[in-house]
Amino acid sequence: MGLRSIRLPDVGEGVAEAEVVEWHVKVGDHVREDQTLAAVMTDKATVEIPAPFDGTVVALGAEVGGMLSVGAELLRLEVAGEGDAEAAPAPKPQPRAESKAEAPRSHPAEPEDEPPPPMRTPSRLGPPRPAGEKPIASPALRRRAREAGVDLRQVRGTGPAGRIEHADLDAFLRGGAAAPAGARRIANTTVEEIKVIGLRRRIAQKMAESKRRAAHFSYVEEIDVTSLEDLRAHLNAQAADGKPKLTLLPFLMQALVRTVADFPQMNALYDDDAEIVHRHGGVHIGIATQTASGLMVPVVRHAEARDLWDCAAEMQRLAEAARAGQAGREELSGSTITITSLGPLGGIVTTPVLNRPEVAIIGVNRQVVRPHWTGAQFVPRKMMNLSSSFDHRVVDGYDAAQFVQRIKSLLEAPATIFIEV
Amino acid sequence: MPEIRTKVLIIGGGPGGYVTAIRLGQLGIATMLVERAWLGGTCLNVGCIPSKALIHAAEAFEQAVHQAGTDRYGIRVERPSIDFGRTMEWKDGIVGRLKGGVAALLKKHGVKTLAGHATMLDGKTARVESDTGPQVIKAEHVVLATGSVPAPLTALPFGGRVISSSEALSLSDVPQRLVVVGAGYIGLELGTAFAKLGSKVTVVEAEDRILPAYDTELTRPVARRLGALGVEMLAATRARGLSPDGEALVVEFAGGTERRLPADKILVAIGRRPCTEGLGLDQLDLGMDGAFIRIDERCATSMRNVWAIGDLTGEPMLAHRAMAQGEMVAEIIAGQRRAFDKVAIPAICFTDPEVVTVGLSPEKARKAGHEIRVASFPFQANGRALTLGAEEGFVRVTARADNHLILGIDAVGQGIAELSAAFGLALEMGARLEDIAGTIHAHPTLGEAFHEASLRTLGEALHI
Repeated sequence: MGLRSIRLPDVGEGVAEAEVVEWHVKVGDHVREDQTLAAVMTDKATVEIPAPFDGTVVALGAEVGGMLSVGAELLRLEVAGEGDAEAAPAPKPQPRAESKAEAPRSHPAEPEDEPPPPMRTPSRLGPPRPAGEKPIASPALRRRAREAGVDLRQVRGTGPAGRIEHADLDAFLRGGAAAPAGARRIANTTVEEIKVIGLRRRIAQKMAESKRRAAHFSYVEEIDVTSLEDLRAHLNAQAADGKPKLTLLPFLMQALVRTVADFPQMNALYDDDAEIVHRHGGVHIGIATQTASGLMVPVVRHAEARDLWDCAAEMQRLAEAARAGQAGREELSGSTITITSLGPLGGIVTTPVLNRPEVAIIGVNRQVVRPHWTGAQFVPRKMMNLSSSFDHRVVDGYDAAQFVQRIKSLLEAPATIFIEV
Repeated sequence: MPEIRTKVLIIGGGPGGYVTAIRLGQLGIATMLVERAWLGGTCLNVGCIPSKALIHAAEAFEQAVHQAGTDRYGIRVERPSIDFGRTMEWKDGIVGRLKGGVAALLKKHGVKTLAGHATMLDGKTARVESDTGPQVIKAEHVVLATGSVPAPLTALPFGGRVISSSEALSLSDVPQRLVVVGAGYIGLELGTAFAKLGSKVTVVEAEDRILPAYDTELTRPVARRLGALGVEMLAATRARGLSPDGEALVVEFAGGTERRLPADKILVAIGRRPCTEGLGLDQLDLGMDGAFIRIDERCATSMRNVWAIGDLTGEPMLAHRAMAQGEMVAEIIAGQRRAFDKVAIPAICFTDPEVVTVGLSPEKARKAGHEIRVASFPFQANGRALTLGAEEGFVRVTARADNHLILGIDAVGQGIAELSAAFGLALEMGARLEDIAGTIHAHPTLGEAFHEASLRTLGEALHI
């Protein structure tokens, strides 16, 4: 038997390091060739790393959330035959030319003689117990738990078949879960640690950076969408089979395309380090999408070259891909302006955070029927607010107001979205 | 009237009551125990202990009778006989020794005992009619542990030839013809013993088979042995009452035809009912669960600081359950946090062969929604069983299919009652099949069948 290292492969052009977001194996597991070992995240794409050969896992190279540079040891396997891990120290990562410049800080070259990094021990997290299932524990442990006021249903078991061991109870008690004696209602002093890793870490960094750098201001306007809704209902009713169902967003996308033609400063990326605004000809609309793991922004590319149906179909495809975790890097980057919509949860007003380095983001609020004074009578109209944010560093309030007013006039007379004036 | 004050009053000195008292004494809590008949209760005086003595003596005699014929071990005995009076003396001696032991233990732990009948006046006060006159006892806590009595059959009231298990354990002679009504464990244990002692035994059971609480796989060896002992089994048959001359039991078969079963003794063993009458419990207005007192997982009744343990609180009516409850209640009274969180309460039929069940049977496990693996290992393939001449029976293990957690262990076989300790430990510790499979079981012993049954459930049995 020998030890062999599996190193983080080159997972994409220009990628120098990746974050381990999930381990599919643990120390002691036997793995077969091609079995998935781990998921690593680069930029926004998640890549699964398969096992190159059979073996037994003896050590993991990083905890979930840890960063590894390309070429660093991902994990170590015990394999039949001769190994390589002990014979030679882990070779230096071979950074590619382009990645060297990008991220030199995170992986200083290891000296040749440095021993392999310390390997983490598996955490004391057993499998979660299905609801309603009784905890398994020895009588002695049950008594200890009872005396400590611990409900064993809350304690994870790391033993065989999920049995709760004394060490599990120790760990639980160290977690500060002791309850006051005799109280009917017990103060819950538990604090759960959630590691901000993977997608959540990306979101956190991006949002904080956006708020820190851009000078946000928001502008809210009310839109009468009665005609637009009539048109939308009509198109959906008339649509042939196989056509995507139209929501309001494709109309907004089309209106945006028309509007940014006259407001090129809105469809732009501001490179604030270089102090250059890049005004883009192509309208690449990011669509903020809620997924199980958090916010993602898939991009409908070249909306100016797409018709209404095409926009709807592409948006639907991207949203599904993002939710299924199958959206690729290409589909998750490159937007020049973003739409955010929470549908029925849209509220009255939102203050969207810019998808930096973009300079404008359009937020869609909830639609409601409201009485409208025509000058002679009240009539029921379908009303909706648009809450938009802009980067005041490069967008003036006057321009932003005009921009939104133009969108409003297009949406309120929806035929004008489609008619060349 | 003198009034006695104590911290805890226990009513009933059976296994539940006296264990509660001992533990309270150990915890330094002032305790008074009232018992109207015998310390040790049904179990020690007219239940577990005397019946096991009788069963053992009957077994020894039956072997001797067997050896007077063509014995397989080559032992030859000339015309064995039994002096049943001496048998009873021996049995009484054991009971006396144990009863003295209980009294000594109570005394050693500072528990005051009072002989007499207690009636509750309110939730914390009892009046006791004792030899020295009536007394009123006031306590902070009351533990009800009055146990159960044999249930009578309306058509066949106790008296004369009609006896309960209690009387059956102190007969002066072996009855020539014994009819047992009820093929539960009590009826079959005693019926088997008397058959071995020479009675012509007929068992009448309303259900269609013996030991209806157990599955047929487990009861089949018992039924076979009853047949070999010449016990007549009348299943799906109802006892209608005594014949007009009072010398026979009239039974009715499923088809409606009747038959007269002449009998010297008729043992009614159709079950037991809780002892809740005559205790003044109606004064307390306790929450009930049918005929039983309703308790929660701490054995608390619906009334604060009134506790109930043992047969009074429902099935299974077993001494070891009452003892475990009593131990727990004592500790709760002492201020400790406890709950009755046992995984399993083992149950044993001391029939021939013995039947042990611990945890869930395969059927109950399936009904509980578990996907299971089941396998059994026959004693025919166990060396020790063969050397004991006890090749009938098997050990059966039921485990969860997904994680191999053992859910139940059942066995039938000669002398396997002692294996219940291993079975109970396995369940209580949350053992998986691999835990049993990975434990060395001494050779040659009957316990190896447990090992092999676990291996077989994993598909790895070695000796079959």
